[in-house]
Amino acid sequence: MFVPEPIEITESAVQDAVDAALAAIDTASDTAELKAARTAHAAEHSQLARLNAALRDVPADQKAAFGKLVGQARGRVNQAFAAKEAVLAEQENAKRLAEEAVDVTEVALPGRAGSRHPLSLLQERIADIFVGMGWEVAEGPELESEWFNFDALNFDADHPARALQDTFFVEPPEAHLVLRTHTSPVQVRALLERELPVYIVAPGRVYRTDELDATHTPVFSQVEGIAVDKGLTMAHLRGTLEHFARAMFGEEAKIRLRPNYFPFTEPSAEMDVWHPGAKGGPRWIEWGGCGMVNRNVLRSAGIDPDVYTGFAFGMGIERTLQFRNGLNDMRDMIEGDIRFSQQFGMVV
Amino acid sequence: MRIPLSWLAEYVDVAPGSTPEDVHAVLVKVGLEEEDIHRFDIAGPVVVGEVLDFVEEPQTNGKTIRWCQVRVAPDGEPAADGGEAVHGIVCGARNFFVGDKVVVTLPGSVLPGPFPIAARKTYGHVSDGMIASARELGLGDEHSGILRLVELGLDAPVGTDAISLLGLDDVSVEVNVTPDRGYALSIRGIAREYAHSTGAAFRDPAAQVQVADGDGFNVVIDDGAPIRGRIGADVFITRTVRGIDPSAPTPAWMIARLVLAGIRSISLIVDITNYVMLELGQPTHAYDLDKLTGGITVRRATPGEKITTLDGQVRALDPEDLLITDESGPIGLAGVMGGASTEVSAATTNVLVEAANFDPVSIARSARRHKLPSEASRRFERGVDPDVARAAAARVVQLLEQLGGGRADTLGSAHHTAVTVEPILLPHGYASELVGVEFTDDEVRTTLAEIGGAIEQTDAGLIVTPPSWRPDLTDKATLVEEVARIVGYDRIPSVLPVAPAGRGLTRDQQLRRQTANALAATGLTEVLVYPFLTQEQNDLFGSPNEQQVPAVRLTNPLDASAPFMRTSLLPGLIDTAKRNLSRGLTDLALFEVGLVFRPDGPVYGTEELPVGAALPTPEQLVRLEAGIPAQPRMVGALFTGESTQKQPGLTAVPSGIADALAAVRTLQNALGVTLEVRRGSHKALHPGRTAEVLLAGEHVGYAGELLPQVAVDADLPRVVAVLEVDLDAIIEAAGSELHVTPISSFPAATQDLSLVVDVDIPAADVLAAVVEGAGALLENARIVDDYRGSGVPDGSKSLTFALRFRAADRTLTASEASEAKLAGAARAAERIGAAVRE
Repeated sequence: MFVPEPIEITESAVQDAVDAALAAIDTASDTAELKAARTAHAAEHSQLARLNAALRDVPADQKAAFGKLVGQARGRVNQAFAAKEAVLAEQENAKRLAEEAVDVTEVALPGRAGSRHPLSLLQERIADIFVGMGWEVAEGPELESEWFNFDALNFDADHPARALQDTFFVEPPEAHLVLRTHTSPVQVRALLERELPVYIVAPGRVYRTDELDATHTPVFSQVEGIAVDKGLTMAHLRGTLEHFARAMFGEEAKIRLRPNYFPFTEPSAEMDVWHPGAKGGPRWIEWGGCGMVNRNVLRSAGIDPDVYTGFAFGMGIERTLQFRNGLNDMRDMIEGDIRFSQQFGMVV
Repeated sequence: MRIPLSWLAEYVDVAPGSTPEDVHAVLVKVGLEEEDIHRFDIAGPVVVGEVLDFVEEPQTNGKTIRWCQVRVAPDGEPAADGGEAVHGIVCGARNFFVGDKVVVTLPGSVLPGPFPIAARKTYGHVSDGMIASARELGLGDEHSGILRLVELGLDAPVGTDAISLLGLDDVSVEVNVTPDRGYALSIRGIAREYAHSTGAAFRDPAAQVQVADGDGFNVVIDDGAPIRGRIGADVFITRTVRGIDPSAPTPAWMIARLVLAGIRSISLIVDITNYVMLELGQPTHAYDLDKLTGGITVRRATPGEKITTLDGQVRALDPEDLLITDESGPIGLAGVMGGASTEVSAATTNVLVEAANFDPVSIARSARRHKLPSEASRRFERGVDPDVARAAAARVVQLLEQLGGGRADTLGSAHHTAVTVEPILLPHGYASELVGVEFTDDEVRTTLAEIGGAIEQTDAGLIVTPPSWRPDLTDKATLVEEVARIVGYDRIPSVLPVAPAGRGLTRDQQLRRQTANALAATGLTEVLVYPFLTQEQNDLFGSPNEQQVPAVRLTNPLDASAPFMRTSLLPGLIDTAKRNLSRGLTDLALFEVGLVFRPDGPVYGTEELPVGAALPTPEQLVRLEAGIPAQPRMVGALFTGESTQKQPGLTAVPSGIADALAAVRTLQNALGVTLEVRRGSHKALHPGRTAEVLLAGEHVGYAGELLPQVAVDADLPRVVAVLEVDLDAIIEAAGSELHVTPISSFPAATQDLSLVVDVDIPAADVLAAVVEGAGALLENARIVDDYRGSGVPDGSKSLTFALRFRAADRTLTASEASEAKLAGAARAAERIGAAVRE
């Protein structure tokens, strides 16, 4: 066992030990050297530790004076260690941070960026506008019974309007099923399923036998709206459409109605929207059809048309996206080229 | 409908100086939407010239041209192009004579094409203009020779402006006529609408002709099978004209109007019938009287009967087809097309004129059945004014007399069943209530009178009898539309209705959005794909095994090879991937949220439909719904190429089943459900890389990699991962509200456990046994390693799980955690034969 030589406490011995410790602290250039200095000058077996231990042997009357001498010396040394430690830690931290720096413009990113389809986003946005007005979103099947798609909407089986719909029929013809040619069958479904009054919009996919070209696609989407309540008039129709148009196209947007014909509305109108942000300057754009719900449609849903009235409207989502975002070619929307959706990200 | 403006102006005061655009603006206000403007696109100087002389010059190319001297201005006056009064012109045609008046297009003029005319050197001469053919002028198809004015029965002094002489300065506006407004498929109807829009005076063309009934020609209406209770023909007028000069030409003004209206000039007699149809909206037909055998019977076709129509086609008839017959058999498919056997020809001198009114439904069905939409059927389908037939027949007779030199004969017939038009009560105030405009009583009355209604005022309101040409006016709302559109939709104010408080999006709708957003946020791109597939595509992806699932087939698909509605989203995603790859986009992560069409069996639909305008019975509604095949909403996804592309310090990560399973995790998270994944099998998917996705033990879809051969056959890379799950089924399960367990804040104890099991045992089964055995103290367990190799027997693998234990009410001791871990290991040993690896 190592037995240190007895040591005598003197002022100079204490001063030498302190000087040696401070010199070692001073020369330490990193935390490892500082640790070594601490072992040599402040730990057990160091000169200061031995001087401290020697206090035991000091006569009682001198204990206070020597105690103070050694205590202050140890205090000075420990303080110096702490100060140096902080300096070195700061230096080393700064060095490490400098080493960790990267070029933020070329950091490798895992995975990939996705996107929604703008037609879906636009449908959601339209739904939100109406939900904000207290309306609800209704739905129906895409493969639909002819009764909902035509008969209930006052399309007589032999009326030319029915032939003009360019319908995809399902085999066999006796099944009386079609791919819905418009979202309007949801009108009747909503009226049958819900309590009056009804205020709903129905966005969704529809089908017509048009060959795909820059302005036509056999599969496209529409949004339908119908309100049935007591006392509704064409003024309410206009008010609703104008609110919708302003929400979609800005405060300057407005609506123009022109007489038209649809079997399921009477009176019927074609609606144009004044689009303040149109490519090439503000102008009127054909937006869709609308009118007061035909009395026969209300009857199909068991509603007395002398008690309730309603209005309905519908517009194409593709067309809306086309003039809203300045797209020329319908094909871009439906071919599934990822570059198209990725232009939009998750916002339309 | 195309409306030559000169024609319109005959029957209504068109504002002086109106441009075609002005006329469009007037008509759109009353609901006739603008479509187009049609002109002859010909610009002067185009003049009448006289052939003074010509020399025939054979050419080396075998042609013989004529070098003509043509007077284009009176002697001593300059020509319209500023040149000499006599022009030298080279002409390739040889159908004319010295002294003929012709149409000369002088240098500086422009013919349709556009084809500018200039003096040019040809065949050794400077040809100073051109002698025009009818086709070059836009007047018809005739191009075998130049147009001789004498052929049109025209003469005019040399130098006369030929553009106005021939009516080529006229212009027509085209409007879209909605299917309820049959009467607007006529100048008569358009002029009336023009008058409604502007208040200008309307002169009814039907009132300007002297009607007279013929008699003695036997006509029998013998409809043994009226459709929907309506007799096939309720009006059948015939008149006779004899002694028509077969050489009489159709006058230029009539040709020009027909051309502008979109109808080709054929012969004087045919042109006149077409002209009258355009003018009055009443289709008319002329039979060669000398080819008729006996009287006319209008009847339904008999089974097996055939007719040769004017276009030379032999058509097999349906017993529902309405026919015009004589003793020889069918001579016309009523309201659709005449027959060949009694067709007028270049030798016809005597004709029987027919103006009839047919049941719209019968005509619509025949036209559709024979795929023969004609100008006549289009009008009959939409409803022709039954009271205009007499005037139309008289107008044809009049024109045949005036232009063809014929003379009216008393032979004819006048079958006319009076059609009663039901009066409609329009209650006081109803128009204002429906439109939201305070119409005055006077406005309502005046407008309805203006459109031709007969009005009786009663205490309850107006009793309105619509005019004979408005079969679309069937109830009080249709009358309101008349008031609203003629007063003007601009009067309608804007009032926002207040809907009752809504419930917002349904949970389904919210979760569907969340699903799509979550997939997009995790790197997938949404696509929308056509749902039309081939039989093979549905067979491959519609079911996991060899069983063929029923699919819905379209009667009239756009692509005959893909007539089926999809039973899976994957074929569409594969096609979309292929399109992207062909455009050089190789790293793809696509998804679609869409419907698939999955009938329960081969029989679906509803044979008998309820009628419209009445609430079906509950049973009928149930049957309707039951007949509609199921259309579950699915989520499909496809991954190929690299899921992480090569970047500095990062190697590329190829797509694979991991992407599909990560998407399952995304769905689980987005929808708040627990989706279980276990080894699955599907004939289109890789046998060793296919997972079945389950929800509460029920199958909801597949995730995995395509069978490499399937991928390669579809022109895709060998590794393509896919996912398809039933979103509706998942969302249905996501409905319940979660009850949370309180979170313990006592320290956790973590321990690893390695178990050696047979390689074929799915890790999930081992984990499940450990979790079950370890009990309530186990807070979280996950697999961190799958080791095979030295130290582990062949055919076995060592799975290491990281386990985190925690108690709700105290700090766990190490021995408590170990005890729980060993209990988990014991359960795995008991169930799967797992051995703890020390």
